[in-house]
Parts: sequence; C-alpha cells; structure tokens
Amino acid sequence: MSLAELWFILIAVLWAGYFVLEGFDFGVGMLLPFLPKDEQERRTMFESIGPVWDGNEVWLVVAGGATFAAFPGWYASMFSGFYLALLLVLVFLIIRVLSFEWRDKSKTPGWRRFWLWCNAVGSFGAALIWGVGLSALLYGTPINSSGDFTGTFWDLFNAYTVFAGLAVVVFFVFHGATFLTLRTTGALGDRALKTARMLALPAAALTAAFMIWTVVVAVDRNDKSVFPPILPAILGIAAAVLAVAFVLQGRTGRAFVSTALGAVFLVATLFTSLYPRVMVSSTDFGNSLTVSNASSAHYTLAVMTVVALLVLPLVLLYQGWTYHVFRHRVTGDAAHY
Amino acid sequence: MGYRVHLILASTQVNLARGQFATTTLYHFLFVPLTLGLGPIVAIFQTMWHRTRNETWLRLTRFFGTLFLINFAIGVATGLVQEFEFGMNWAVYSRFVGNVFGAPLAIEGLAAFFLESTFLGLWIFGWNRLSPRLHLATLWIAVAGTWLSAYFILVANSFMQDPVGYKIENGKAVLTSVWALLSSRWALYAFGHTILAGLTAGASVVLGVCCWQFARGRNVDVFRPAAKVALIVLVPVSCVNLWFGSHFGILVEELQPMKIAASEAQWSTCSHCSFSVFQIGGFTESDQTPSHSIEIPGLLSYLATGSFGGTVQGLNNLNQQYSRQYGRGNYKPPVRAIYWSMRVMAGVGTLIALIAIVGAYLLWRRKLERLRWFLWIAVANSFLPFVAMSAGWVLTEVGRQPWIVQGLLKTSEANSPNVTTTWLGISLGVFITLYAALLVVDIWLMRRYAGLDPQPPEQRPPAPQPVPSL
Repeated sequence: MSLAELWFILIAVLWAGYFVLEGFDFGVGMLLPFLPKDEQERRTMFESIGPVWDGNEVWLVVAGGATFAAFPGWYASMFSGFYLALLLVLVFLIIRVLSFEWRDKSKTPGWRRFWLWCNAVGSFGAALIWGVGLSALLYGTPINSSGDFTGTFWDLFNAYTVFAGLAVVVFFVFHGATFLTLRTTGALGDRALKTARMLALPAAALTAAFMIWTVVVAVDRNDKSVFPPILPAILGIAAAVLAVAFVLQGRTGRAFVSTALGAVFLVATLFTSLYPRVMVSSTDFGNSLTVSNASSAHYTLAVMTVVALLVLPLVLLYQGWTYHVFRHRVTGDAAHY
Repeated sequence: MGYRVHLILASTQVNLARGQFATTTLYHFLFVPLTLGLGPIVAIFQTMWHRTRNETWLRLTRFFGTLFLINFAIGVATGLVQEFEFGMNWAVYSRFVGNVFGAPLAIEGLAAFFLESTFLGLWIFGWNRLSPRLHLATLWIAVAGTWLSAYFILVANSFMQDPVGYKIENGKAVLTSVWALLSSRWALYAFGHTILAGLTAGASVVLGVCCWQFARGRNVDVFRPAAKVALIVLVPVSCVNLWFGSHFGILVEELQPMKIAASEAQWSTCSHCSFSVFQIGGFTESDQTPSHSIEIPGLLSYLATGSFGGTVQGLNNLNQQYSRQYGRGNYKPPVRAIYWSMRVMAGVGTLIALIAIVGAYLLWRRKLERLRWFLWIAVANSFLPFVAMSAGWVLTEVGRQPWIVQGLLKTSEANSPNVTTTWLGISLGVFITLYAALLVVDIWLMRRYAGLDPQPPEQRPPAPQPVPSL
C-alpha cells in the first residue's frame, strides 16, 4: 500500500469520525424545534452535546486540512468546484456554532428561539449538503483536463445525490434520537425513544437504499466491480437492521452503537466506491482525479503519517475520556455559564 | 478585443477574491487575539483562585470566562471559513503549495484544534464534574492548544513570506525539510510578535472592562485585582513587542526588502536614512518626493538594519533588480497603504505601551480607580490593539504583493479559474452581511456582559444523583 492510499483511508476515517460524532450533534440539532416541550428540556438537549460539539467539528477541520496536505489536487478542485455549496455549508456551520455559545446569553424568548432555529437549520443544511457533496464526488461532476470544475451549482444535484443528502439527514436525525435516549431522562428521554422508534424503519430503509444505489453508481459510472463496495454496504445495512431491532426492543445502548456503525459503513461504502478515484469527471472519465494524480509527494505524506500516528491515538484517548467524564445523563442544570 | 475583456474579467476575479480573503481574514483576526490573550489571563485568575481560595478570583474567572467564550465561538466559526477559502478561491495556489503549506495546516488541526476544542468543552462543562485541580488544568491545556494553533498557522503563512524547506518539482513546491519549515526564522518571529500582540489585546480588554466598572463606581474591590493582573501583563508585553517588532523589521529588510522600502515610501537606495514620521505626497511613481515631511535622521537605517549607517534599498532599485530576476514588471506593493499601515501599527502600539505605563504608575500610587480621565482612556485603549493588529496584517499581506508566495507565485495567477465573478459577488455579499450582523451582536453581547456585576458563586442545592448513560 502506498502512502497516498494510506492517506485516502485516513481521510475516509476522518469523515467517518465526523459522521459518527457530528452526526448525532446534527441529529440533536434538527430535533431541537420538535422534541423539547419547555426551556428546561431545550437546555437539556443543548447540554447533551454542549461539551463535545466543538471537538466533533474538528474532525471535519482535520479532514479538510488533511485533504489539502495529502491531496492538494483534490482539495483545490473540490473546494473551488463546489464553491457555492461550501459557502452554504459555511453559513450553516457558522450560525450553528454561534448558537451554542450565544443562545443562553439573553433570556428573551425571541432571542432563544432564533438561536435554536439557527442550530436546527444549520444542522439540517450542513448534513444535507455533505450528503449531496460527498456523493457528487462519486457520481461525477464536469471536470476538465486540467482538473478544474467547469459546471454550475446545479451540477451537484441529481436524483442520486439529492437522495444521498436526504438519506444522510434522516439517518442523522435517527442517530441523534438514539443518542438522546442515552443522554436524557424522564419525559424527554421517553419522547426521544418514541422518536427513535418512529424513525428507525424509514431511516434504515433510506440508508440501505442509499448504500445499494451507491454500489450501483460505482459500477455504472466509476468502473468498479460490485465487490468490494458491496462489502461495507452489506455491513452498513446489517448495522441499520440491528439499530431498528435494538431501538424497537428499547436496548438503547446497543441501538446507538449500531447507528454509529451505520455512519461508519455509510462513509466506508462511499469511499470504497470512489477508490482509486477521488473525484469522478463526468466530462471525460479520463479527467477524473485519482489517489495517485492528486496526491502530494512522498516526503510530505511521510511527515504527515508520522504526525498522525503520534497524535491521533492521543486525540482518541482524550476525546474518549471527555465522553467518559460526561457519561451521566443530563438534566439541563449544568453549572455552565 | 476578446482578450482584453478576458483580462479585465480575470483581474476582477482576482480582486474580488483578494477583497474577500482580506475581509474574512481581518475579521477572523479580531477574535483570534482575544482567544490567545484572554485565555491565559482567565487561566491566571483561576490559578489564583485555586491557590488562595479567595472568592474574588473565582468571580473574575467566571466573569471574564464568559467574555472569552462569547468571542471564542465567533473565532471558531470564522476560522472554518479560512480553511475552506484557500481551496475555494485560490485553487492554483492550493495545488502549487499544498505539499508544503497543507502540512502545517493539517497538523494544526490534529495537534492544536482537537486539543483546544476538547479541553475547552471540558472546562466549560466540567465545573462540577472534575476535581478543581484537573478542571484548572483543562483550561491551561486549552490555552496551550490555542497557542500551538497560532504557531502552526504562522508556519504556513511564513511560507508565503519566506519560502524555505522546499524545491520546485513539476511546477509545484514540494516539501524537502519539515524542520526547515517549522524552524523558519520568519515563523518564529511572527509567532512571538503575534503572541505578544494577543496578550496585549487580552490584557487591554481586561483593563478596559475593569476601568469601565471603576468609572461607574461599581464592584471596585472585585475588579482591582483584575486590573492589577492586566497591567502586570500589559506593561511588559506591550513594551517588549515594540522592541520585538523592530527586530522583526530587520529580518523583513533581509528577506522582503521591497516591503520595508514601501513601508517607508523610500524610492531610492540610501544609507544613514532618516525615518519619515509623517509625510504628505511621495507615494507614487510620478511623485516620489514628499512635499512636507517630518523626519528623524538615521532612524530608518537603524530600524531596518540595526545600524545608523546601514544601507536601505529603495523601491526603484529593487524593482530593477526583481525585473532582472523575474522578468520585467511592477513588483512594488501599493506604497501609500503600506506606509500608513506601518505607522498606524507602530504608532498605536507605542500608544498602548505608554497608556500601560501610566496605568501601572497610577496603580502603584493607588489612584487608578479614581482618575476618571485615565479610566476612559483605558476603556478606549481596549480597542487599540485591534487597530494595530489589523494594520499589521495589512502591512504583512498587502506588503507582499504582487506575490502570493514571495518570489515563486504571483497573486494574479493563483486564484481559482472556474470561480466566476457572479459566485464571488454572491460569496462576498454573504460574508459581508453575515459578518457585519455578527459583529453588531458580538459587540452588544460584550458590552452587556462587560457591564454586569460579577456574580458570587451560586449556592445550588446539591444536584440529584446523575444517572449514567450506559
């Protein structure tokens, strides 16, 4: 395995981490306008992700930085090509980030409602666009022979990518609901479980359909055989089925592990389908960016590998510790200011 | 005809992209220094509380911690824009430097952002979950994360100013020595200068808030120790930064003489050069001699070279030299903007140091809380570091033009060719609108929270036994 291939895998891992972690943040965010019945419950929901959302978002920041360093060609073409979509992501993420620190800075109901909706809309919008954007890498967009995107904003959208966006949104809401069943108590916890039960089947069905469709697109448009992409897809479908079963049985811990695994396999299916390309060109298949033609030179990759091997285990350790520290169910009473 | 239209469109694209990058970066950097500087001061307050168990320190920790977090959020939110913008607006640049520039950026995320975000989350929500000692440690670790992040992003920026540790391969800059990159003299100077500036900003804001409370006669006993800490930090950092910045200037003269020449509107090479404190005219090719000026003999030579007799190269000679080296062209940055940004930076920096010294004297004479004229000066002073730092970044980044990477790639050739003026118009409009709105809200929040009474620690009823999740 070359270092470029290793970094392709690491970037997939970073996106998987992002989908697992920010996935439930986004889910909780999208449920904010609907689930809680009073201010105490709204605070509880914010508190359930309060200590961790920022660390979760860094998975995206690192995925972006790692793409820049390891695959400058990919980073340049994707970010300049998906310009308006990424502008939207930025706006969604900005209003969402601010909602966490600013919402409780005034007691006015209108102010609190405004920031709550910022979080919900931001979570929904960002999840939707990441679904569309990542699947568009595989479906293919107009890319010329110098690697530049030549299309418009609308070239990102087609039946498959829009379906991907919706599947990701619904799956994140489901993932967020199972997360809340673990993190909350009382009436709110009951409602979270009810919501998770309601969403379980549709979310699992959408996600399964998305993964199958992804394998089909990989075969049709990216010159892949059914195997290996089918492997993570099957595992993903299995995780989704298990999630449904556990949620219906009320075994919330296992349900959450299953939705988390579902998020991992969803990303794995996409990236396995994509390999060895990183951005498929719909103009001419030969223009597609690949792991080898978009990557950095050996030395950069070697340096980055050493740093990642030293630092990433530490990150996992202290982020894991954070989840341990905040393992108790929240009630909206945290001594936070 | 078609070619001309194409050229005009291309330069509009570059200018819009530059305008957007300048706007979003300067804006982001209003909040970064507060994070860099306010973080350690809040950590000092909490450390004092931990040591003395004096409740005043706890109240100060929570009071300034809130101000810190209000700004941290907007710093995080606008920082993401920066990371995306390299690829969005500067695709050619990204492909050219990705091998080198991307590495510190990725390491910043891995080594610094994870640290600061995770540990800040622990600090914010950990008051009752962690032992006081561990809780204090989380804040110091988060602060270390923010400083580490400043270092790595400045390493990246330094490659644009003084490219080191690379070779050109297939038309791209390829990293050859990560140590050369990480220990770049420019990066180390820029890091020191930035951290000192951040501490100046943090301490100035703390001092300003204290003095505002004093001026209104409120909570004097609580804020007196905070003002003392602020001045203990502010006096040395603001003074040392003047010295440090002037030494940085000598390095810039060595590596980017054009920037120094422009910052002094020095058209012809000179020795024993006098420093122009203020001048009218003399900023353009056709008008190279100022009609009025105030000059200090020998000072420019001293500032740029470390000796009063040193030779400082002029814009005209440098342009001839660069034309021979890189092909005929105009290699001069906009002189007027650079000249004034330099004076605003250095002048305001000096003013801050003077205000700090006066403040320290008044504190020593126990008159600080009562002299209203000084209190309002100190309140105004909390805004000054931001003026100086913005001017400093204009000097650094505009002064590098026409290069995006000094000597290797021109800004005019580095933008994303596929990003149309329409897209740029939309994004610039969105950022300006959103950022302006957020600034209004941020200032409103800061003013509101800076004017509150620092609350004594709440006496909460013991929380019910928490239920574990699993």
